[in-house]
Amino acid sequence: MAADLARAITASPAVRPRRSLRHLARRIGFLGAVATLVLIAGAALLAPHVAPYDPNAINLGHALKAPSAVHWFGTDQLGRDVLSRVIHGGRMSLLIALCVVTLAGIGGTLAGLVAGYRGGLVDDVVMRLAEIQYALPPVILALVMVGVLGPSTVNIILVITLANWARFARVIRAEAISLRHRDFVLLARLSGASSWRIVLTHILPNVKPTLLVLLTLDIGLIIILEATLSFLGLGIQPPDPSWGTMIAEGRAYLERAWWTSLLPGAALLATVLAANILADGFGRRGAGGPGGA
Amino acid sequence: MGKEILRLDALVTEIASPAGAARVVDGVSLSVAAGRTLGLVGESGSGKSLTCLSVLGLLPPGGRVASGRILFRGEDLAGLPQKALARYRGAGIGTVLQDPMTSLNPLLTVGEQIGEVFRHHHAIRSRAERRRRTVAVMEQVRIPAASERLGAYPHQFSGGMRQRIAIAIALAGEPDLIIADEPTTALDVTIRLQILQLLRDIQRARGTAILLVTHDLHAVARFCDEVAVMYAGRLVEQGPVASVFARPAHPYARGLVAAVPRIAAIPDRLPAIPGQPPRPGEAGEGCAFAPRCGQAIAACTAAVPAVRALGAGRSVACLAPQLLAEAAE
Repeated sequence: MAADLARAITASPAVRPRRSLRHLARRIGFLGAVATLVLIAGAALLAPHVAPYDPNAINLGHALKAPSAVHWFGTDQLGRDVLSRVIHGGRMSLLIALCVVTLAGIGGTLAGLVAGYRGGLVDDVVMRLAEIQYALPPVILALVMVGVLGPSTVNIILVITLANWARFARVIRAEAISLRHRDFVLLARLSGASSWRIVLTHILPNVKPTLLVLLTLDIGLIIILEATLSFLGLGIQPPDPSWGTMIAEGRAYLERAWWTSLLPGAALLATVLAANILADGFGRRGAGGPGGA
Repeated sequence: MGKEILRLDALVTEIASPAGAARVVDGVSLSVAAGRTLGLVGESGSGKSLTCLSVLGLLPPGGRVASGRILFRGEDLAGLPQKALARYRGAGIGTVLQDPMTSLNPLLTVGEQIGEVFRHHHAIRSRAERRRRTVAVMEQVRIPAASERLGAYPHQFSGGMRQRIAIAIALAGEPDLIIADEPTTALDVTIRLQILQLLRDIQRARGTAILLVTHDLHAVARFCDEVAVMYAGRLVEQGPVASVFARPAHPYARGLVAAVPRIAAIPDRLPAIPGQPPRPGEAGEGCAFAPRCGQAIAACTAAVPAVRALGAGRSVACLAPQLLAEAAE
């Protein structure tokens, strides 16, 4: 009977209709963010099929044409279709963001878990490394690394990963430390579980909600960093389209052809904003209690 | 009397602090036999929990077993490396902690948490077999509709049911010894008896030895065979529950027993023991209880009183001769 009651109590918040306007607005915002990301990711994934033109096809006779029915986003200084370039640029940005988030997420989380659970010397070493990374501005780091290694997609992924792992490590470490002192971890040790087992079965699932928020939030930051590097000429190299390079190239024509810079900028803004709203939504759900994420 | 399962021989545990090593457990000797329950009582900070953690080698950072022997089924666990000790944790020795709310992982189903022990200690790879065993052990701790509740999370259970799950986890390792560290403190009064009764039924069925750490003297009186009273890291009195409770020999044990309210005659003021126990490692020379003791004599503060046998399985660490004589009557 007590169990039924417990079930009824835990079930009720989901059943109870919440009518507050703020909640509704949040819900619409969250769904809008999901829709935006699905749209952008879908377009990026299917870029060769959905882009109306070849993103690198030059047509100087049609340079700097305003948005029209033929070229929805207009054309740039070389007569290339801006919409096609935005779509293809997004493909590159998202690919890089996914690679970095995977690498930095796995590496940073692992480092944070080990540092937090083990403590002592391991913790000191990992945290000093993270602080060194924090002390280096990512753009300067990228400047040096790309200067030495040369600009390529792999190098960009490497540089941005190096600039991002520490955030994961620090946040996950803090969570691991507080989890390490929980009774269920003590009980797991009392039941003879090894350190790896405890980290993987008891600590990791409990940091999942935080990790999800970090990952989503990081996608936005990575896209901005990649755009920054490309804007400075350290990222994706022309003629390959990228939001950062497009914004940089369009600057010169901003007064005559605003669409060459502003529309890739809008795509960047929409993606990053959507990722942030998504992260916020995950954060709220994660705070809701066990099984929330 | 059954086979001896756990024997502590002059166990000394120290915790390093900036001011030097503090002796938190000082020369504790006790023994628990198969099918018997030893109640370890004493106030907070008297070293009860640290005695238990010493057995399992899980002392807080800086803690170590300085000397003495920890004999589990005849094998000395003191000084064994962590890897070797991990084999005993959960398998030979099961543990039940105080608060089932925090001792279960909120994100794993109870089935996963119990099944984990079967996978780890019994190397049962088959999912179906683990499931069958998990249901069996859940039925053993009397969780109704066990097979339907495998997939439930800890928050979906009541406090008493959660503690049953925790006991099931301890039982899954088929231990010879269960160390229960205040298993009922966090529970409703009405549930406490049920949990203790459950532990006793399990003990009767399986011949498990139980080391019950508790503040609850009523629980000791009802469920324990022997009792050991700790004060400031030392055992001050030990013996069969009935005779220790009827005629406690050590002044501290007397104080404890006298402080238990009885429904038949609730006094206006409960008789409290005056003063405070010393902080760990600050006991100084002599008997740690001497500053609070009404019967203390000069010799009490000179040296730690030796443990003396009183006959009938009882022993006490006290000098006061008239008390010894009375208790021996």
